[in-house]
Amino acid sequence: MNFSIEVMLQLTIVIPLLTIVGIILANNRPNIREGITISASILLLFIVTSLYQSLLSGKNVNVFWWDIMPNLSISFSIEPLGMLFALIASFLWLITTFYAIGYMRSHQEENQTRFYSCFALAISAVMGIAFSDNLFTLFVFYEVLTLSTYPLVTHAGTEKAKQGGRVYLGILLSTSIAFFLLAIAGTWFITGTLDFKQGGIFNPDVDKAIAGALLVLFIFGIGKAAIMPFHRWLPAAMVAPTPVSALLHAVAVVKAGVFTILKVCVFIFGLDLLAILPTTQFLLYLAGASVLLASIVAMRQDNLKARLAYSTISQLGYITIGALLATSSGVIGSSMHIATHAFGKITLFFCAGAILVAAHKSKISEMRGLGRQMPLTMIAFFIGSLSIIGVPPTGGTWSKWFLLMGTIETEQWILMVVLMISSLLNIAYLLPIPFHAFFSNPLPEKHDASSSNHESVDLASNVDQSQVQIKEAPWPSLLAIGITTFGCLFLFIYPQPLFDLATAILASGQ
Amino acid sequence: MISHLPILQVIVPLMAAPICLLLKRSQLVWLFSLFASAIAFIISVLLLQQVMTSGVISYELGGWEAPWGIEYRIDKLNAFLLLIISAISTVVLIAAQTSIEKEIPKEKHTLFYILYLLSLTGMLGIVSTGDAFNVFVFLEISSLSAYALIALGQDRRALWASYQYLIMGTIGATFILIGIGLMYQMTGTLNMQDLSQRLPEVAQTRTVFTAFAFVIVGVCLKLALFPLHLWLPNAYAYAPSIVTAFFAATATKVAIYLLIRFTFTVFGLSFSFTTLPLQGLFLLLGLTGIFVASSAAIYQNNVKHVFAYSSIAQVGYIIVGLSTSTITGLTATLLHLFNHALMKSAIFLALGAVVYRLGNVQLSSFNGLGRQMPLTMAAIVIGGLSLIGVPLTVGFVSKWYLLTALLEKGWWPVAILILLGSLLAVIYVWRIVEAAYFKKPLADSVPVKEAPLFFLIPIWLLITANIYFGIDTRLSLQVASAAAQSLFGVSP
Repeated sequence: MNFSIEVMLQLTIVIPLLTIVGIILANNRPNIREGITISASILLLFIVTSLYQSLLSGKNVNVFWWDIMPNLSISFSIEPLGMLFALIASFLWLITTFYAIGYMRSHQEENQTRFYSCFALAISAVMGIAFSDNLFTLFVFYEVLTLSTYPLVTHAGTEKAKQGGRVYLGILLSTSIAFFLLAIAGTWFITGTLDFKQGGIFNPDVDKAIAGALLVLFIFGIGKAAIMPFHRWLPAAMVAPTPVSALLHAVAVVKAGVFTILKVCVFIFGLDLLAILPTTQFLLYLAGASVLLASIVAMRQDNLKARLAYSTISQLGYITIGALLATSSGVIGSSMHIATHAFGKITLFFCAGAILVAAHKSKISEMRGLGRQMPLTMIAFFIGSLSIIGVPPTGGTWSKWFLLMGTIETEQWILMVVLMISSLLNIAYLLPIPFHAFFSNPLPEKHDASSSNHESVDLASNVDQSQVQIKEAPWPSLLAIGITTFGCLFLFIYPQPLFDLATAILASGQ
Repeated sequence: MISHLPILQVIVPLMAAPICLLLKRSQLVWLFSLFASAIAFIISVLLLQQVMTSGVISYELGGWEAPWGIEYRIDKLNAFLLLIISAISTVVLIAAQTSIEKEIPKEKHTLFYILYLLSLTGMLGIVSTGDAFNVFVFLEISSLSAYALIALGQDRRALWASYQYLIMGTIGATFILIGIGLMYQMTGTLNMQDLSQRLPEVAQTRTVFTAFAFVIVGVCLKLALFPLHLWLPNAYAYAPSIVTAFFAATATKVAIYLLIRFTFTVFGLSFSFTTLPLQGLFLLLGLTGIFVASSAAIYQNNVKHVFAYSSIAQVGYIIVGLSTSTITGLTATLLHLFNHALMKSAIFLALGAVVYRLGNVQLSSFNGLGRQMPLTMAAIVIGGLSLIGVPLTVGFVSKWYLLTALLEKGWWPVAILILLGSLLAVIYVWRIVEAAYFKKPLADSVPVKEAPLFFLIPIWLLITANIYFGIDTRLSLQVASAAAQSLFGVSP
């Protein structure tokens, strides 16, 4: 490909949009439709990788589309943090598509065309967020992402889906309009610009009280980061099909949230200012509380997806803490955690979906002994859990290490303790699942158990457990699980590129 | 020819109205009205161009010199308004014939178009004239035809709504007339420019205060500022759909124009906002209006009522922008005049299409409509998003300007309230979305088809405009800020 970098950068946003056209045209031919999605995601991954290469060779790119209002433009550029986000998102789009094909077909979901179209639109919005050159552009795509994922969350069209969608849209839209927009307008009014700049755009002599208030507005306004008390949308969005949960929790939405927080902390406030704002400490404790409380709530969930959702809230708190610590280890840890958590959590969600499809189980208490039926899935679940907990040999080790270093450097002893307790809690709510799957026998099935679970009833009545047949999810889903699991391990063995990108965030533009 | 444009703007629809009587056949009358309205639109474009390049146009009616004769005075502000009114009128008329076939008995079709054109004449006249008494004359032309138009609605409650509007509107017009009379008594002139020069000499008299109060209250009745809004919801809900689409986008806008004209030009900024407590009053009423009307919109079951209350809330935003009495605030107000006209005409036209297919706009009739009328419903959703103020729609642009204006003033709490107010819009828009996309059609309902082409074309023209002007704000922003600057006497 001989396109200039500028063209390639715009293609990352345009390709998913074009894909939508293709998907709609191929409405009634599923194979062609999914073929289009897969080729588009391969193409996108290819382009993003080439952009990565050009970033490594140190080229600066700026693309200006147009001014919506004077000095408020839609424009894009490439910097390491956005690159990191785009790489993860485009790679996982490809994987999720594979997974979705297996899942959606064996689940015989309806409206698959709408599903794939909205999915592609969401990816386009994610690319826009990742490469945005100013806060205004970011906000525009942030809202597009919210609206494009709404039909995905409510995909089932049932009363429950409607309720979930209401909470989802209600919280995300309200926080972004009431707080985020106000914070943006305030920033624009004080500084006269919204461009992302190394070291921030505020004058060092800005009124600390106002800047502190703006920071609070930003953190609350970026509802996608799910800091308590604005976290309810994440568990509510569980009603969505599993590939959507994967998209929401690992690839697009929550990552867009913490990505935005990192961007705001590093490029709008600047670490120097951030460290001396009066509200930073309060927000750190709030995020810490979010980490702990969410972990505790997660322990009490019996629905696997709900437990994973609360686990996500807790892990997002880690990233927010890292950003607010305002040190280089904090930022490095946070940005690496975006990647490692993405791989870990998507593996877990894929597994949850695979269990649902193959064994029709969604409750953790029903999964005892499941390891004999779905060994591969459960091994993947185990490795994904290790990565979330942050122990070798998985990628989560590195990011948690840097986050911990950040708390020690800044002498935030309380937060350090919070992070360590939370890791223990992670162990407590994640590891028992694969453990019981392999080493426990299923609980005796009650006879009044839901009669729809024919398979599980059959299994339970089968006394001789060694005779259980292996019945895994369809192969495209299994392949996807394999790749993300491998990703978790790979990030441990070879974290160098990730680390380089993360360190480059603070060095870029200087 | 070109020098006569200001009067042609008003004369063309005025003369077209009686000609309709001769044409008789409904189809012909429709085409002719559309033609007349399109000519008015072209004239307004030419006028705007001329004003933007070479400044204020003063036209002396019948050749009588200004303070004595009637002067038509086109500056950036009213050229902008003329464009909004004539453009919306033309686009809405495209759907008129299709819509009234279902809603108005055949023998009244000609009457409908005559009234429509007269109403258009009245609005264009109010905006283009530079004479205070002439304002009253055109106000009566537009109002009287409006009462009759609303009464044409097929629902019997339309008569009552029209009667309500008649009473309130007449009180409003009378108040304005009394105010103008008092001003005439003090200054001996009716020309607005002349008034603005002579009023300061007598500004500190009780008569002028009274005149001011009468004019402002009268105008606020017309523009449905909370708590003078009671006539509006029923008038919008029971009028024929086309009439609602036209009025929702233009009628209150004209009244807001009058408010701006009287407070900024005739009485002067310092008199209106400094000597008299208009600022605090407007801020308070505007904010209360936003919250009361938006909350009321949430509880309506007739979707036309929902958006009628939403219109009252939007007037609140416009008045809050005005209350800042800064250039940015006025720019936000003018921008919102334009943007709100685009949103509401699109939404009400789409509702007209729903009426065409279903016969009513009860919320329960919307169940399952997302599948049956996908294009119409998509238009309502986009219009609703624009109303909420989602980026890339016009609603976002005006909200952004309003926010900036409020922050400029240092009114942070007001800015927060404004944003909270727009969250209420999320709720009332989403009730409709959920009904259309999640609920199953009622058991006894007949499946309907997508709206006819003559509805879809104007609806999507307006929706495209909603998005286009949300992305490319050069035209709207340039004109709005130039008009605001000239009202403040700053040369752009």
